[in-house]
Amino acid sequence: MMNRPERLTEGRPTQGRPTQTGEAARSEIDTFTGNRALALEEGLIFEIGRAEVTGVDLDEPAPFTDRLGGLARKAALGLPGLSEPEAMRHYVRLSQKNYSIDAGLYPLGSCTMKHNPRLNEALARLPGFADIHPLQPQSTVQGALELMEELARWLLALTGMEAIAMSPKAGAHGEACGMMAIKAAIAAKGEGATRKIVLVPDSAHGTNPASATRIGFEIRSVPARADGTVDAAEVRRRLGPDVAAIMLTNPNTCGLFEKDIVAIAEVVHEAGAYFYCDGANFNAIMGKARPGDLGVDAMHINLHKTFSTPHGGGGPGAGPVALSAQLAPFAPLPFLRRDDNGLRLIEQASEAPQSIGRMSAFHGQMGMFVRALAYMLSHGADGLRQASEDAVLSANYIRASLADLLSQPFGDKLCMHEALFDDAWLKPTGLTTLDFAKALIDEGYHPMTIYFPLVVHGAMLIEPTESESKASLDLFIATMRDLAFAALRGETERFLAAPFHAPRRRLDETGAARRPILKWTKPVAE
Amino acid sequence: MRYLPLTREDRVDMLARVGVADVEALFADIPADKRLAGDLDLPRRKSEMEVGRLLSNLAAKNVAAGSVPFFVGAGAYKHHVPASVDHLIQRSEFLTSYTPYQAEIAQGTLQYIFEFQTQVAALTAMDAANASMYDGSTAAAEAALMAHRVTGRSKAVLSGGLHPHYAEVVRAASLAGGEAVVSLPPDVFAREDLAATIDSETSCVLVQNPDVFGNLRDLSQLAAICKEKGALLVAVFTEAVSLGLVEPPGAMGADIVVGEGQSIGNALNFGGPYVGLFAAKEKYLRQMPGRLCGQTVDAEGRRSFVLTLSTREQHIRRDRATSNICTNSGLCALAFTIHLSLLGETGLRRLARINHANAVDLADRLAAVNGVEVLTKTFFNEFTIRIPADAAGVVERMAQRGVLGGVPISRLLPGQGLDDLILVASTEINTEADRGALADALQGAF
Amino acid sequence: MPTTFYTKEHEFIRVEDGSGMVGITDYAQGQLGDVVFVELPLIGRVVTQGAEAAVVESVKAASGINAPASGEVIEVNNALEETPAIVNEDPLDKGWFFKIRLRDATELDSLMDEDAYQDYVKSLE
Repeated sequence: MMNRPERLTEGRPTQGRPTQTGEAARSEIDTFTGNRALALEEGLIFEIGRAEVTGVDLDEPAPFTDRLGGLARKAALGLPGLSEPEAMRHYVRLSQKNYSIDAGLYPLGSCTMKHNPRLNEALARLPGFADIHPLQPQSTVQGALELMEELARWLLALTGMEAIAMSPKAGAHGEACGMMAIKAAIAAKGEGATRKIVLVPDSAHGTNPASATRIGFEIRSVPARADGTVDAAEVRRRLGPDVAAIMLTNPNTCGLFEKDIVAIAEVVHEAGAYFYCDGANFNAIMGKARPGDLGVDAMHINLHKTFSTPHGGGGPGAGPVALSAQLAPFAPLPFLRRDDNGLRLIEQASEAPQSIGRMSAFHGQMGMFVRALAYMLSHGADGLRQASEDAVLSANYIRASLADLLSQPFGDKLCMHEALFDDAWLKPTGLTTLDFAKALIDEGYHPMTIYFPLVVHGAMLIEPTESESKASLDLFIATMRDLAFAALRGETERFLAAPFHAPRRRLDETGAARRPILKWTKPVAE
Repeated sequence: MRYLPLTREDRVDMLARVGVADVEALFADIPADKRLAGDLDLPRRKSEMEVGRLLSNLAAKNVAAGSVPFFVGAGAYKHHVPASVDHLIQRSEFLTSYTPYQAEIAQGTLQYIFEFQTQVAALTAMDAANASMYDGSTAAAEAALMAHRVTGRSKAVLSGGLHPHYAEVVRAASLAGGEAVVSLPPDVFAREDLAATIDSETSCVLVQNPDVFGNLRDLSQLAAICKEKGALLVAVFTEAVSLGLVEPPGAMGADIVVGEGQSIGNALNFGGPYVGLFAAKEKYLRQMPGRLCGQTVDAEGRRSFVLTLSTREQHIRRDRATSNICTNSGLCALAFTIHLSLLGETGLRRLARINHANAVDLADRLAAVNGVEVLTKTFFNEFTIRIPADAAGVVERMAQRGVLGGVPISRLLPGQGLDDLILVASTEINTEADRGALADALQGAF
Repeated sequence: MPTTFYTKEHEFIRVEDGSGMVGITDYAQGQLGDVVFVELPLIGRVVTQGAEAAVVESVKAASGINAPASGEVIEVNNALEETPAIVNEDPLDKGWFFKIRLRDATELDSLMDEDAYQDYVKSLE
């Protein structure tokens, strides 16, 4: 398969050889394998593996009489097996087709792609955390319960809230949990039949309306002012005996702090409703402001964003929910209580009659808890505040450095941890936000969040986080400026068919959706 | 601080570019009286060594499963995971990437999701599987909601053999959404008559196999009755390895299959992160929750993978999405698919036979202990025993003697008169000596 | 001789002999982009003017299709199930969604005729 030289040269080179690129400067030569040097094509495990191969050595058990009651599996599964070397090669090759925060700037707005310390990975893998069972006697897991208690203490100090529900497994799961607590609190006041409306700004993450609807609420939208923030007077106009809650993200998805937030919380509470805060953007305000002081009743914290448990290609995350004193009695099971015998998990409704019940089978994302606490301990109160300050400073640095070229939907003003641009500046070029994003891929960057928030046309939401050096920010800014100039000069070919240098060119998403192929099937022999 | 690259000088330069005097000016939109003046009352930064020491001390207070004879199951199982699995999932490109929305630079993630979906469909014998849920219990709750959408009905019937925590998760999610749930009483011997509970309001029946007491259940008849009455059969499993030996739910006629995938590739982790598996018949595809990865081609005609059918999801459909899920269990799904690729058909079947053989041997040993009765007649790697004493106390005493001997049923189902039952699991990690140690410990504990 | 009426949401209804054929306009399909899926109403369902009767999906959006007039659904375009691209290729003819038996022909008075709709589209550009 591989090209071999005509003759192998052994030992020291005895004659000069070309050391300049020469003809090699030509690119796009087709290879026999389809590989391009380090860019290796890779088949599916179903094409590489074989049913009789296994990469796990196990001895067949001694003969015995089964107790399957005639329910043994009849048909073959059709699963391929790989030896360990084949598996290593397969997954290493796949990994090389991915962009990652370890490899480069990942400025996805709203996603907080910050550095993932490896200490946290190592600690989460200690057998005392990774190799304990959620249902082994609580006397044998006191250290794990202490860790949960300590993490809760940090989260409560950072949020200024009354209680924290640890079991939700991601942001959206936390939203559902918080809204269930709000629903239960409303029902406890006898207003369950009337309070059905949840106010959500159009700029919200899609999870907000999805979570509230799932809990049986109806969504009513709240407009934003021309400056991108929500007006307390507009909120008041929509409040009434039928409104259960407002869901606000703060800082909001436009990267702006909701400056009316205290007034909003007041009018919401006056109207007998609750204030749910989407904490996805908490990275902007750690140690700078506490949601509890702002009047928030419930807020989830994405440990995988703010506290850097890795995103892992889409998960797992963790979404503990901080609750106000009014909502604390409705917290889900299980939760921790400290008594004379140490820490204990309250697991049964009989001990917590007002609880909304269980959010998931066990106590939450312990693996994420370890990582998040390690992250917090490493930073300390001073380091967390500094991280938020650096994140906000870096976003503003990018914003200020691009403000003369790109357009800002709400005018040239300070932002929090993410800088938002729209596509008004691209209009004369005929290019779209998508084209611009794909050209960034060729430059070695993961694109920013695009087309979100929905309220901004052709949105580009840039969140650098606190993890970038000034040199890294400067190179990103220079790249953005170079691309912007190219676009404005009309060099559209650099954009329209981009990316050129990624493992794949643009994909046929229409075809994928019209004729879904969601699993491999054995090709029919011709 | 070792994770923050900006120097004091950098910050000064950057503030100048932004055009503000100091960093506080950047936070001017936070009402002044709500802005924190100094640092919170929390410790200051710590070195890697100090943090390592603190958390290692906490870890050392726990009894790790691998350090003792260990028989705890009930929804999470200790299996051997090859060293290569954990190495591979820690590769930067898998660990530190985001959801694969920019497909051109995320083919690695997308291809393994496609392979994962294919494996899950094969394991469960279903048409299509999604890219994962949080865990088995939340997948079960989603399945009930999906069945409501498919059938236009809104009552879920939960088998008395369903893991009580799963039942509680389904109940909490359904009640919050205004849907009805009927839970059958605990069914230690798998004798309940589920078919009799299905009426014209019933959207689905959730039944677990092997059930929470360990019983294997033939779901074929129930599937036929569900079909006749217009309800969906949702089959649940908590031990994915069982599918290497036991007839899969798809072959028994299930409409939706959900389960816990932790057993394959993932550690116990004190309850999470785990990986929820979700599979369904193709005709229900558009009502499925969660991400789906599909095959397509790129502009050069090369096979490629991309997230697809996204109009079901919250970022597009918002309040009318099939689910609110966004973040899933990507990296746990990767661990699952790597471990299963290493096992293959041959390895998985053998692993499942070893589990079953060990459980059969353990059941025989425990049955020989004076006073112990093995209640579960057909099982995979877990079964229920009755002892002449309070199970919670016995399990606690065994733990003090260094044997983690199972889960007292009363911890899952308190106040139900089931205080003398213990759920015991045996996987490939248990040696003959371990099984002997449990029999001895049990003998000495009452 | 059929007459076609239009809504501000870019649905059309082509009326002949007391029944109407419903679809989306060329402008609408252009705005949507490649149609990948159409969810059609069940035959026999009674739809109400201005209320959602079908859903049309592109890769990145799902849009509700409102009934331009009230009535019972008497036929649906099953060809869209297999080939949703017809909506893009021939929206006004082969790419129709469903047909209804009109309940109240006076409802049509609230809709735009061909000329009014063309002016309306121009005003959007």
